[in-house]
Amino acid sequence: MSDKMHIKLKVNGEDKEFLAEPRELLIYALREKLNITGPHVGCETSHCGACTVTIDGKSVKSCTMFVAQANGAEITTIEGIGTPDALHVLQENFREHHGLQCGFCTPGMITRATKLLEENPNPTEEEVRFGMAGNICRCTGYQNIVKSILSAASEINAAKEAAQ
Amino acid sequence: MIPAAFDYYRPKNMDEVIALLQEHGDDARVMAGGHSLIPMMKLRMAEVPHLIDLQSIEGLKTIEIENGQITLGAMVTQHDLIDHDGLAAAVPILREAALQIADPQVRYMGTIGGNVANGDPGNDMPGVMQCLDAQINLAGPDGPRTVAARDYYEAAYMTDRADDEVLVSVSLTAPTGGYAYEKQKRKIGDYATAAAAVQITKSDGKVATASIAMTNLSDVPVWSEEASAALIGTSCESAALDAAVAAMLGDIDPSEDNRGPVAFKRHVAGVILKRAVTRAWDRA
Repeated sequence: MSDKMHIKLKVNGEDKEFLAEPRELLIYALREKLNITGPHVGCETSHCGACTVTIDGKSVKSCTMFVAQANGAEITTIEGIGTPDALHVLQENFREHHGLQCGFCTPGMITRATKLLEENPNPTEEEVRFGMAGNICRCTGYQNIVKSILSAASEINAAKEAAQ
Repeated sequence: MIPAAFDYYRPKNMDEVIALLQEHGDDARVMAGGHSLIPMMKLRMAEVPHLIDLQSIEGLKTIEIENGQITLGAMVTQHDLIDHDGLAAAVPILREAALQIADPQVRYMGTIGGNVANGDPGNDMPGVMQCLDAQINLAGPDGPRTVAARDYYEAAYMTDRADDEVLVSVSLTAPTGGYAYEKQKRKIGDYATAAAAVQITKSDGKVATASIAMTNLSDVPVWSEEASAALIGTSCESAALDAAVAAMLGDIDPSEDNRGPVAFKRHVAGVILKRAVTRAWDRA
């Protein structure tokens, strides 16, 4: 048994400090130490993307990162994207276009999609599919997820144009 | 999935890394993006009592392009490779190959150094580096050392790198002519059933030089000198493609696994090589 480490993270804008063994996977530190249960444990083998969070500006599968590696990082989870009273435009569009059924993959989908639209604000359907290829959904068949993201992209772009 | 316990180190410079490797020998491993090592540790196929994270080492994240000479730091991620327009112009096969590795999340973390250093036969960059005749730069207690990618791989997970050495960068000369990285996989994120890296230069309507390397068709990447030679002087017509495939099939040694039996893999290798050569020739 190795010694516990003093871990500092900034999660959704809040500073967090706790002790953890270095081998603890980030997803478990988030869920069990910090009670941030939006990111889900799906496959736990870096295939499904349900555990996706944004770490220092990168979409990362938090089941494939030790908490020790994340020490000092800034993390955004689904909890930091919109609120129940003021949904993020992606969340609104997932609701509008039925981009989820059981909802298990949705936190990872939306967290990944925020980053995708940041990097490519005007994606084609093919680019959305390629950019979301690390996230698996077993309900929707992806059609409505793609629709939701494309629709969110045009809404964001329309809002930007209106602002100019 | 809980890996065995380990002590975690995040050194600031390469001297500290090498000192840790010398102190702990076999019990220590360096980690770049961790996307090969962490899954192995979770499955307890790898036990690493001393884990050395390279994320804070200065100078390992640079992409240098100078007078056609390219140096890629070990911590350059697949995402960085894809994102770098100068690199995509100088060595377009790198972007084409990197886009076929894993998925977006994994490409943000997975590095060129990890992909090349590991000796995993499923990794794509070793074949690409052999195709490009890249040099692998190692740091060790006796100073820096360079090994040709074509001499680096000994067996699955066995390479020329000593336990107390670290891969710090790969360097290569920007190629000319046409290129292709063609990969057959079962699904996004999978390793290749078969993949081919091809570079071709053209002169007077014929192939002047060719370089062919195959991925995941042996316990090491396979640079096929004979397959490359079979194309020279041809215009990649059907008979030349058949000759290159026949030569390549003499060099690979696939084994049966859940991607298919040996006969299937040999069949796919032929199909993939023909596609890759055709595309590289069209681009030459």
